[in-house]
Amino acid sequence: MLRPLLLAALLAGLAGCVTPPMYSWGHYEDLLYASYTSPDKATPDLQITQLEADLQKARAANRPVPPGFHAHLGYLYYQVGKADLAQQEFQTEKQLFPESAVFMDRLLAKKP
Amino acid sequence: MKARLLLRVLLVPLLGLLLAGCATTPYDYTNYRAHPPRSILVLPPLNESTAVDASYSYLSTVSFPLAEAGYYVFPVAEVDHFLKENGMPTPGEMHQIPLDKARDILGADAVLYLTIKQYGTKYVVVSSVTTVTVSGKLVDTRTGLTLWEGTGTAQDNSGGSGNIIADLISAALTQVINSSVDHAHAVCRLTNVQLFTLKDHGLLDGPYHPKESDK
Repeated sequence: MLRPLLLAALLAGLAGCVTPPMYSWGHYEDLLYASYTSPDKATPDLQITQLEADLQKARAANRPVPPGFHAHLGYLYYQVGKADLAQQEFQTEKQLFPESAVFMDRLLAKKP
Repeated sequence: MKARLLLRVLLVPLLGLLLAGCATTPYDYTNYRAHPPRSILVLPPLNESTAVDASYSYLSTVSFPLAEAGYYVFPVAEVDHFLKENGMPTPGEMHQIPLDKARDILGADAVLYLTIKQYGTKYVVVSSVTTVTVSGKLVDTRTGLTLWEGTGTAQDNSGGSGNIIADLISAALTQVINSSVDHAHAVCRLTNVQLFTLKDHGLLDGPYHPKESDK
């Protein structure tokens, strides 16, 4: 499952004269794909487990996660009824990327 | 076997890079440079291919090239949910969202409209070709100006060796393997390299790009 991402990273590296990815992507896009192709398997709980592990790895390596990562994690927390954790993630997305403020405020105002 | 596949998959876009690099004139970035966006709202793609799952398969690969180019990319799944909740159930309807709404409600500087032209694998006797072709248009939400347009295509060929019996067996095997996984999904990432990252044709560096923030 990781191979396409690695390959893309490799190609992006070649095209841009060997620059490694800026962000630590973890399983973010793989999980998006899985949630569309096999929603019964890629449950919110499973996605949360994976993304939390990805986040720990990124933090341990002192690397940033990409735009959307915290927002997606927050949305998943909402889906399993963890509203407090969801709000934290939306706030984090907003702090890391002020461009997301309008949308995140909209999600923050929403009641689960 | 794996190494051969990797080599083939790598060679095709590299060849494409070289061809694209010398055959066409550079894109006119006048509007893009005059209205550089910080954030990009990616709408779920329109699908002109016959593969029903193409739109969301491709959508799940688009955040990577845009974010790595230095832009804030709105979370694609949440944008999709949000638009659906607000009376836009299909990509076709989402593409009709007025630009001022994209700006006021979501805070987007630019909207990326994508259309999948081709997505899937064709079998021609003993060989198969998986093609993904996507066109994109980036529009400024303040002025409505088109900042950038482009088309990217990538192929993974599984060609014949010249030995007809061996090729027939191998084609049958390839067909079985390819139908068990969405081979085109892997090709999407190669298409993205063609669409977004080519010099003089792809996207300009966004505000989070290391080169851009050095300035």
